[in-house]
Amino acid sequence: MTGVARVTLARNLAIAAAAGVGLWVLTSTVSAYANVQIATMAYYFVAVAGLTVLTGQNGQVSLGHGALMAVGAYATAKIGEAVTWPLAAVLAAAALLTAIAGLLVGAAAARLRGPYLAGATLALAVGLPALATRFSDFLGASNGLTVAPPIPPASLGATFPLERWQAWIACAGALIAYVLLANLMRSGYGRAFRAVRDDEIAAQLAGYHVARTQVVAFVVSAACAGLAGGLLAVVTSVAAPGAFTLTLSVALLTGVILGGLGSLAGAVWGAAALVLLPSWSDDLSGALSLSSNVQANLALAFYGLVLIAVILVAPHGLQGALGKAIGRMWDQRRRGRAPRKEEEE
Amino acid sequence: MRHRKSSALAAAAAALALAIAACGSSDSTSTSSSSSKNEASAPGITPTQVTVGGHFALTGPAAPGYSSIPAAIEAYFKYVNANGGINGRRLKLIARDDGYNPTNTVAVTKRLVLQDKIFAMVGGLGTPTHTKVVDFLNASKVPDLFVSSGCLCWDQPEKYPQTFGFLPDYLIEGKILGQYIAQHFKGKKVAYFVQNDDVGIDGTKGLDMEIPKSQVVTRQTYEPGNTDIGPQMAKIKASGAEVVAMFTIPAYTALVELAGLKLNYHPQLVSSSIGSDPTTLAGLLKAFSKGKAPTALIDGIQTSAPLPATTDTSNSWTALFKKIHDQYLPKLPYDGNVQYGLAVGYTFAQALQAAGRNPTREGIVEALQTKKLTGPGLTPFRFSEESHAGLTGVQLAEIKGGVLVPRGKPLTTDDGDGAITPYDTAQPQAPANGVPPAT
Repeated sequence: MTGVARVTLARNLAIAAAAGVGLWVLTSTVSAYANVQIATMAYYFVAVAGLTVLTGQNGQVSLGHGALMAVGAYATAKIGEAVTWPLAAVLAAAALLTAIAGLLVGAAAARLRGPYLAGATLALAVGLPALATRFSDFLGASNGLTVAPPIPPASLGATFPLERWQAWIACAGALIAYVLLANLMRSGYGRAFRAVRDDEIAAQLAGYHVARTQVVAFVVSAACAGLAGGLLAVVTSVAAPGAFTLTLSVALLTGVILGGLGSLAGAVWGAAALVLLPSWSDDLSGALSLSSNVQANLALAFYGLVLIAVILVAPHGLQGALGKAIGRMWDQRRRGRAPRKEEEE
Repeated sequence: MRHRKSSALAAAAAALALAIAACGSSDSTSTSSSSSKNEASAPGITPTQVTVGGHFALTGPAAPGYSSIPAAIEAYFKYVNANGGINGRRLKLIARDDGYNPTNTVAVTKRLVLQDKIFAMVGGLGTPTHTKVVDFLNASKVPDLFVSSGCLCWDQPEKYPQTFGFLPDYLIEGKILGQYIAQHFKGKKVAYFVQNDDVGIDGTKGLDMEIPKSQVVTRQTYEPGNTDIGPQMAKIKASGAEVVAMFTIPAYTALVELAGLKLNYHPQLVSSSIGSDPTTLAGLLKAFSKGKAPTALIDGIQTSAPLPATTDTSNSWTALFKKIHDQYLPKLPYDGNVQYGLAVGYTFAQALQAAGRNPTREGIVEALQTKKLTGPGLTPFRFSEESHAGLTGVQLAEIKGGVLVPRGKPLTTDDGDGAITPYDTAQPQAPANGVPPAT
C-alpha cells in the first residue's frame, strides 16, 4: 500500500467513525419514529451513493436501480428464510447476488450510450418487479415476502427498541458503503471511471479498457443497490413489488441530482430529501386538508419543484452550492482578516 | 482539497438533516385507575380525546369504493363528538393513505404508532397490506381492531392477541356462496376468479367445501394493480363456464363485467360482499368505460351482505346511519362502504364505552373478549378469549335495479365443516340517540 492510499483510507475511516459516533448519539436521543426515518435515509443513502458513482463518476445513467434494489430485497428475504446465517452475512450475500445481476446488466449496458442506456435500464425497472407475479409461488406475487425483523442482541437489554436496532443496522451498512466507495473513488479505478466518463477515446488511448471499466462501475453500483434493498427489507420487514416501482428508480436519480452529481456527501442530502420531502408534503396537504388524490401526488410535484429549483439555482446540487457558499465565506474571512493582520504586524 | 472539504461536510449534513427529521417525544406510561375523573390512561388517550388511526386505500387500485370507509368512520366520530363524546372524550381518527401497497402500509403504520401515538388501529384496510403490519402492531401492544378484511389470519388470539376481525371471514362467505351455487346451478360449469393472495385462497377454500370439484372448470387469479384481465377472461370464456364465482375488490368486479361485454360473454356472476357494492360498481363501470357501459350490467349479480341493506330504512341501524350520513357525509353516496365505515365507527365507540371511564389498551381487548357486543351486524361477532374472528355469517342478496336486495334469513356457519344454518335471533335495536350506552 502506498503512502497516499494509506492516508486516504485512514481519512475515510476517520470520517466514517466520526459519523458513526454522531449517528450513535443521534439514534439514542431521538424518538422511535425518527429512528425509522434515519434507517430509511441510511438505506436510501447506500442506493443513491452507488448510483452517484455510476452516473456522476462514470457517466452512465441508470433508471433501473429500483429493480436492482428489488433483487437485494428479495435475496435477503429468501436467503434469510433458507439459512440461519448472521444478518451481516445474509446482507453481504444479497449484495453479491445483486452484483452478479449487475454484471449481466452492465455487460449489456456497456454497449449502449445515453438515451439507449436509459431506455434499457428503464425496461429493467418496469419488467423485473413483474417477475414476482410471474413466479408467484416462489416470490409471493404482489403480496410480497415477509422478512422476520432483526432481534436486538440480549446484551443491549430487554427493552432496547427495535427501531433503534434497525437504524443501527442500516447506518452500519451506510458507513461501510461510504468507506468502500470513498476509497474506490480515490483509487486507480476511480480515476479510470472519470477518464472514461470524460472522453472514452482519450481514455482508451491512455490504456484504459473502456467497456471493462463501465462494467466494473455498474457492478459496484449494483452491489450498493443490492445492499440498500436488503436493508430496506430488514427495516420494513417486507419485500414486495409495490416498493420497487419505476417511481423509486426515478426518485433515486432525483436524489443523486439534488445532492450533487458524483458526490458522496451529496448522496447524504439526496437521501435526506427522499425521506423528508414526502413527509413534509404529507404534513402540508394534511394541514391544508387537501383531497387524498392531490395528497398522493403532491410529493411528486414537490420533487419536481425542488429539482427544478436546484438545477436552476445550484446546478451542482445542494452539496455543490454548500461547498461554494462555504468557500466564499472562507475567502471573505481571509480577505477581511488579511489587512488587519498586516496592521497588527 | 475540495473533495476533503465535501467529505467532511457529509457528516455534518447528515446530522443536520436527521435532526430536522427527529421530533421530540415522550412515552406516557400512566397506570389506569377506576376513579371517576378522566385521566390520560393510555397512549393516545387524554382526559378530553381518544386518538386512533388506520391505514386505508385513499388512492390506488382499491381506492374506488373503499376510500369512503375512513370518511364514514370519521363521520360517526363527528356525530358522537356532537353528542358529548364517549365519557366526555372526543374521538379522533387519523386516516393515512397506503395506496393498497404493502410497503407503504409499513411506513404509514409506523408513523401512526410511533409518531402520531394512536391508542389503537381501527379498521386498517386490506389483506395484502395489513398482513405486513400485524406483527409490528402486536409487538407494540397496539390494539388492532376491526381489520377491514375477511382474512382468516386475524383470528389467531395466541399469536396476535391485539388483533380483531370485523367482517365474516372469506372462508365462511365462500361456504355460503358455494352452497348457493351448488343448490341453484346444479351441474353447471363454474369458473373461479379471485385475487391472488389470502383473499382468494380463503375464499376458494370455502367455495371448494360446497361446490363439487367436477363442476369447477377453471381457476383464474388477478394481481391488484394490473388492470389487464383479458387473458384470464378469455380462458374463463373458453372453459364454457356458466357461473363465475369471484372474490374480488370492486374494481375487478367491474373489469369482469366490462371484459364480458367485450367478449360478448355473460355468465352468472356470484361475487363476494367485498366486491359487490352496487353504487361503487356503477361508478366504476361509468369511469372505466367513459360512460359507455350501461350500469344495468350489474343487475343480476348474486352476492351476500354482512350488514343490513342500505335501502331498508325500516331497520333501525340503517335509519341511524342514513341520518348520520345525510348530516356529516352528504357529498358521498350512501353505499355499502359508507355503511361499513359507520358500523366500524359505532363498534369502536361501543368497545371504548365497554372498556370503562379510563380505558387502557389491555382494557379494550379484555372488553371485546368478554362483553359480547352486538350492534349493526346481522349476525354476532365470535369474539372471546379463544376467538378474535368477526361476524358469523352473511345474508344472501342480489343486485336488482342498481340496489342490493337481500333475501331469506342471515346464514351462519363456522370455519370447519360445520353446517350452514339460518340465524333466527332478531337484531338488537340501535340506541335512540345513536351513541352506544354505558354498560
